[in-house]
Amino acid sequence: MTAAPLLPPTPAAIAIRDLRFRWRADLPPVLAIDSLDIQPGERIFIEGPSGSGKTTLLGLLSGVLPVVDGTLTVLDQPLHRLGAVERDHFRADHVGYVFQMFNLIPYLSMLDNVTLPCRFSRRRRTRALARGGSLNAEAVRLLAHLDLDDPALRARPVTELSVGQQQRVAAARALMGAPEILIADEPTSALDADRRAGFVELLFRECREAGLTLVFVSHDASLEGLFDRTLRLAELNLAAA
Amino acid sequence: MPILILAWKSLLNRRFTALLTLLSIAFSVTLLIGVERLRGEVREGFTNTVSGTDLIVGARGGQINLLLYAVFRIGNATNNISWESYQAITNLPKVAWTIPLSLGDSHRGFRVLGTTAAYFEHYRYARDRGLTLAQGEPFADLYDAVLGSEVARTLGYRLGDPIVIAHGTGDVSFARHADKPFRVAGILAPTGTPVDRTVHVSLTAIEAIHVGWESGAAAPGRSPDAEQTRALAATGALTPKAITAVLVGLKSRIATFQVQRAVNDYPEEPLLAILPGVALADLWSLIGIGERALLAVSAAVVVVGLFGMLTALLTSLNERRREMAILRSVGARPAHVLALILGEAVFLTLVGALLGVALLYGVLLLGGPLITDRLGLFIGMGPPSAAEGLLLAAVVAAGILVGLIAGYRAYRLSLSDGLLIRI
Repeated sequence: MTAAPLLPPTPAAIAIRDLRFRWRADLPPVLAIDSLDIQPGERIFIEGPSGSGKTTLLGLLSGVLPVVDGTLTVLDQPLHRLGAVERDHFRADHVGYVFQMFNLIPYLSMLDNVTLPCRFSRRRRTRALARGGSLNAEAVRLLAHLDLDDPALRARPVTELSVGQQQRVAAARALMGAPEILIADEPTSALDADRRAGFVELLFRECREAGLTLVFVSHDASLEGLFDRTLRLAELNLAAA
Repeated sequence: MPILILAWKSLLNRRFTALLTLLSIAFSVTLLIGVERLRGEVREGFTNTVSGTDLIVGARGGQINLLLYAVFRIGNATNNISWESYQAITNLPKVAWTIPLSLGDSHRGFRVLGTTAAYFEHYRYARDRGLTLAQGEPFADLYDAVLGSEVARTLGYRLGDPIVIAHGTGDVSFARHADKPFRVAGILAPTGTPVDRTVHVSLTAIEAIHVGWESGAAAPGRSPDAEQTRALAATGALTPKAITAVLVGLKSRIATFQVQRAVNDYPEEPLLAILPGVALADLWSLIGIGERALLAVSAAVVVVGLFGMLTALLTSLNERRREMAILRSVGARPAHVLALILGEAVFLTLVGALLGVALLYGVLLLGGPLITDRLGLFIGMGPPSAAEGLLLAAVVAAGILVGLIAGYRAYRLSLSDGLLIRI
């Protein structure tokens, strides 16, 4: 389902042009991408071994790292023109993020972990309230979608949850307040092999329902077939070792 | 604001170490404010060792020397004042009262002071506090003695016990007036002044113990017994010829300098009149270094307490880098991370300082009577003074500084880590 090049282009969810990222001005670039477009609603699998610039790319997409050289437009926002505070705001409003593991803040309850983005983004707070009536109700709804609707489970400290449960709570948090982009950084690598596909299916279902663009990074090639498109970062990144 | 709720929940999660930090700050603040309060009280107590007395008169010599022997019972007078001069001072029109003091004998290392009933009536210390007897009565009989509280406590004396007064001021004296023992008639309440270390007898008694000792040693066979001496005293033959010093109270403070000049210009005898408050303040400026050292030490304790907090904060940062990366991923700015750490430090310092002050009041409430009883120091329960408020503000400011140092480090870490979870 690649974009048809001859049709008038719909605005891309993510568009990269002539991007070069250096840690220091006098060092060679660690990431060099001439052109990359990701369409809204697309589910992209980025396959990249360590050293291929994966961390750097995610840092740039989420607005943690500054774009100095080239352009990066996400949801019509030119991230290369925004300051650090604006990029942080942008991430809070538009990006959900799932880590490989240890996603949850140990001293917060499951519901507080899920509603956490609404403490930093008024937009996501408003959207979550519109959807669920209250933040907790929306969190419970999302958790139920991810097969975590047992109230007894919600009462437990998050540190006592299994790794798979923790990852699903993290997914619910990333979906809270319906951001447009979901970035998942090897979210299945801590899961058992037979549970990985199940987790990805759950993620897909939610993304489809909310019309999210999913950027999924992994080195587990067995999941590749489930996605719309695969990007091999080692080939895409001209600066890759 | 939501970041402060997170800071609070995070702190609750680490409640044990947080409590230890809190307590170390609280205890150091208790010590600091306690020392400040005690310091003020000690200075006040010292400069008010004698109060209500307008002038101290002695033989001409040094001002400090006169103060030392007349008030602190330290050292000796170079000369005495004749009884006639004492009478003349007492009869000056502006003089309200006088207390004669006669020194020179001792009892087991404690000075013996010969004086009159005026001593118990007019002597004042601290903020206009008079002498009160914890037990017994002022001296009525010739051989009655009234003990300072420390004398009674150290030597274990009770009412009615006999005591023997030695000639001279050494602890071990071969010249004891053993033929004329005294009886403990009263014991004074603690004052925290040299009064506590003094044995008080009447002026006549001082003369009486020296009957038959005119040559400086006991004349064999010529020393009358106690009953004979009592009879002698009744005739008025034991009126002293000289005394050591006089405490003078005036009818009006305004006359102080006028009377001082009159005494200093007294033609019959070279005399010296000093203002006790001025002399005491002079002396304090010499020996008051100790209290400043004490404050410096307690300030150092607070610094150590705050360093403890800094250590705890910086140590926790490494464990909390994951927490910070998660917060960053949901949209927290590095400034939020700084606020998280700063909020914790400010909370710990503020609550620690308040707890410390509360603890101090608790200690004063429970231990105050004991301190007054043992040390004669009366430590007030009033609200914190301006100086104490300033110290508290300095502690909180230092706590904020600690929070900024640790918070800035967290800020730098979260900038460099970004969304990287380091464990």
